[in-house]
Amino acid sequence: MIDKPVNNRAWFFVLPVLGVVLFSSIIPVMTVVNYSVQDTMGANSFFWNGDQWFRDLLNPTTTIGARFNDALFRTLAFSLACLLIEVPLGIALALCAPRKGWAVGISLVVIALPMLIPWNVVGTIWQIFTREDIGLFGAALVGLGLHYNVTQEPISAWMTIVVIDVWHWTPLVILLSYAGLRAIPDAYYQAARIDGASRWAVFFNIELPKLQKVLVIAVLLRFMQTFMIYTEPFVVTGGGPGSATTFLSIDLDKIALGQVDLGNAAAMSLVYYLITLTVCWIFFTIMTQLERRGDV
Amino acid sequence: MTSITLDRIAHAYGGKPRSESDYQLKPFQHVWEQGFAYALLGPSGCGKTTLLNIISGLVIPSEGRLLFGDKDVTHLPTEQRNIAQVFQFPVIYDTMTVAENLAFPLKNRRLAKPVIDRRVAEIAKMLDLSADLNRRARGLTADAKQKISLGRGLVRSDVSAVLFDEPLTVIDPALKWELRSKLKSVHRALDLLMIYVTHDQTEALTFADKVVVMNDGRAVQIGAPADLFYRPEHTFVGYFIGSPGMNFMPAAVKGDRADVAGFEVRLGAIYRDLSSDQSVQVGVRPEFVSATSGPGLPAQVRRVVDLGRKRLAHVTLGNHPLVVGIPREMEGVGDVVNISIDPANTHVYVADIRVQGTAP
Amino acid sequence: MRNGTVPKILFVFYLVVLMLPIYWLIKMSLQTNTDIMSGLTLFPRNLTFEKYVAIFNDPTWVHAFGVSLSYVAINTVISVAVALPAAYAFNRYYFIGDKHLFFWLLTNLMAPAAVFAMPFFQLYYAVGLFDSIWAVVLAHCLFNVPLAVWILEGFVGGVPREIDETAAIDGYSFPGFFIRIFLPLIANGIGVTAFFCFMFSWVEQLLATTLTSTHALPFAAVMTRAYSVSGMDWSLLAAAGVLTMIPGAFVIWFVRNHIAKGFALGRV
Repeated sequence: MIDKPVNNRAWFFVLPVLGVVLFSSIIPVMTVVNYSVQDTMGANSFFWNGDQWFRDLLNPTTTIGARFNDALFRTLAFSLACLLIEVPLGIALALCAPRKGWAVGISLVVIALPMLIPWNVVGTIWQIFTREDIGLFGAALVGLGLHYNVTQEPISAWMTIVVIDVWHWTPLVILLSYAGLRAIPDAYYQAARIDGASRWAVFFNIELPKLQKVLVIAVLLRFMQTFMIYTEPFVVTGGGPGSATTFLSIDLDKIALGQVDLGNAAAMSLVYYLITLTVCWIFFTIMTQLERRGDV
Repeated sequence: MTSITLDRIAHAYGGKPRSESDYQLKPFQHVWEQGFAYALLGPSGCGKTTLLNIISGLVIPSEGRLLFGDKDVTHLPTEQRNIAQVFQFPVIYDTMTVAENLAFPLKNRRLAKPVIDRRVAEIAKMLDLSADLNRRARGLTADAKQKISLGRGLVRSDVSAVLFDEPLTVIDPALKWELRSKLKSVHRALDLLMIYVTHDQTEALTFADKVVVMNDGRAVQIGAPADLFYRPEHTFVGYFIGSPGMNFMPAAVKGDRADVAGFEVRLGAIYRDLSSDQSVQVGVRPEFVSATSGPGLPAQVRRVVDLGRKRLAHVTLGNHPLVVGIPREMEGVGDVVNISIDPANTHVYVADIRVQGTAP
Repeated sequence: MRNGTVPKILFVFYLVVLMLPIYWLIKMSLQTNTDIMSGLTLFPRNLTFEKYVAIFNDPTWVHAFGVSLSYVAINTVISVAVALPAAYAFNRYYFIGDKHLFFWLLTNLMAPAAVFAMPFFQLYYAVGLFDSIWAVVLAHCLFNVPLAVWILEGFVGGVPREIDETAAIDGYSFPGFFIRIFLPLIANGIGVTAFFCFMFSWVEQLLATTLTSTHALPFAAVMTRAYSVSGMDWSLLAAAGVLTMIPGAFVIWFVRNHIAKGFALGRV
């Protein structure tokens, strides 16, 4: 293998990126850490609270712990559902998308549209869209005889948020996969034809391996975004009915603003952040290990 | 094992050529005989890749027929053509081991496992890949990967032709020679028809039994490397082959003499009176013009180039530039030097095509 | 390559389904609020452009639109430009801390902006960039640059390393090779990265509104006017929503050939 050379001068290539990102990222992190080990009794008085917040949070028997636990599992389930739908669907659609001619431009524009709408407007559209009296989606589902009611039925609410997310973000997976597929040189397809490979064999042996990096990004991005989802459920269901769609960030928001409990909120957001970090780190490490094992 | 016939094959992108310049490939008539190694040599854009793609099935020619043996395969899809192709950069299946790569074409044709294993071992041995059979193909060097690519083609016993599209482009120069020799030994061992596209004359001349020199969509000369060197039928072949290429000078030719810039050059054959034709040129390779301490034509020396195993002088005869060789015995070269031209290897070209003279 | 009719039908079906909510948005923008609320209609009963007229005639809206366009455009260019060499380095070389640095970049995408809004405000105020488009440009780099690096690194990886070496042997200087040979080979990646940077910066509202006030007000801030005491101005919001899709549509139209670029037989 022409192995990657060790070249520490490569740091110069990376310095601009570092400079630009570091400027913004250090201070906020410090602030949150600071908040999370203190207690607030009102607007500006802070007491040092050590790690009490964290211990309460991670203990499912305390009220805050139980609530956190619920929201956590709810959010993880939501992420999983979205990923399981969006990734295969996105790849499949990218495979079906036109590659040449006038249809390419139009397809790309239409696919991109859902992502370009500000997220609060997305929530607003669907708020109307899901109502059975003035929205096509609500009317259609009720018309088919289903017990659909976004504000009252937990299953409806859940399903709706998933549908919104799929509608909104599958294009991300499609665009990434499409670009990745187009980057595969024709010679690979030609060689596969000569080798008599079936369509599935081409997909598993050529396309999927070449899409690996792109899919890692797509999965990580979608995981992070679904895990941290806020706007759409907030606008469409307000976290309800009950706590059916109260995902972690909505819960966090309620605690921070509603109960003016900055200490708890900050601890929660730190744990939240750490969980996101850990899941991504595990996924990333697995993918790089798989790749490295293949090289040597 | 069959031969491949190009029956008036021509190709114009878009299919409706209005003039000759619209053709990527001008009408071509040729039979590629089984068991031979051919090189398709020419500069970029000369149509050699188009021709290769027509043979492989990637491109359907807008005119003409392609025959494998007696069978018309012009519209037959690639996978049914019994050809193998090696591309400009190594095309292998990253997720598979070397053995799995080699076995792939046979697995797709549902051969029995012991047959597959035997065949894979055979080809791996021929290509010196036996030691790496169980390694992930992705981790190997470029030249090993190209061998795997080739191996996948050879592993099918029904393969009638192997097509190479500039396969050494991304190979480390130190390993190019090795890979080229390997290709040649495989050719000798399997007696397959091989067609090798390249823009590098060294590759073409060392690999091929016959070279097809192409320029601007047509075959300019087809012949053995020696023929291309000693008797280029077209000025383009003279330019392109040889390093440096042939010297050309406008001349007035009559009988066995040519008048070049006022100097008289002896020719190796007798030609009719071509003195009034403006397009006549005399061509001679630097290998057959040398500086001499004896009598010769006086030329002004512009530059001397020392290439190690030979020295060349860039001179002007009258006002025509020439590249001449400097013999080993000659130590220094002044500003003016006498050059002697070998009449037996001097050719006459009218409108870029060689004219055959009669023997003296 | 799926060349049958079934994939085409499925794809067109997807596009149609995708367009339904968007059609609804367009429809709402062409209706009055009372019409929207009154019942389910497939076409606007009383077609009106009044909200569009209101937006175009309002200098605040127009100015805000321009402000948003400018910081998004600048941010996209900077993010992609800065990410390209980094992506190359991450993929082609080993260097101290490379794997950790690469992952650290991703972590910047995990920061929930809500928690950081105040500290950001304080930081940018302190360096005097508050209420300028540069504040938003820099702040958006926090997530766009790592995103760009990650996406581009994947595409850099798709180019065989042998091509780099062959170019070096052929005598290309590194910048010459990078610009003339390498960049065209990752055109798909650059196109899709540019679009995503544009898109994520365009839809980001919290930082954009926190770091600006009067001078560099982005349209996201102006859109809050649709939520007023007398209730929600649905059709105004819808009209604004429709208008916000247009710049992004242009961007992806502009890069469509880059994203869809194919490589015929890998002609280098």
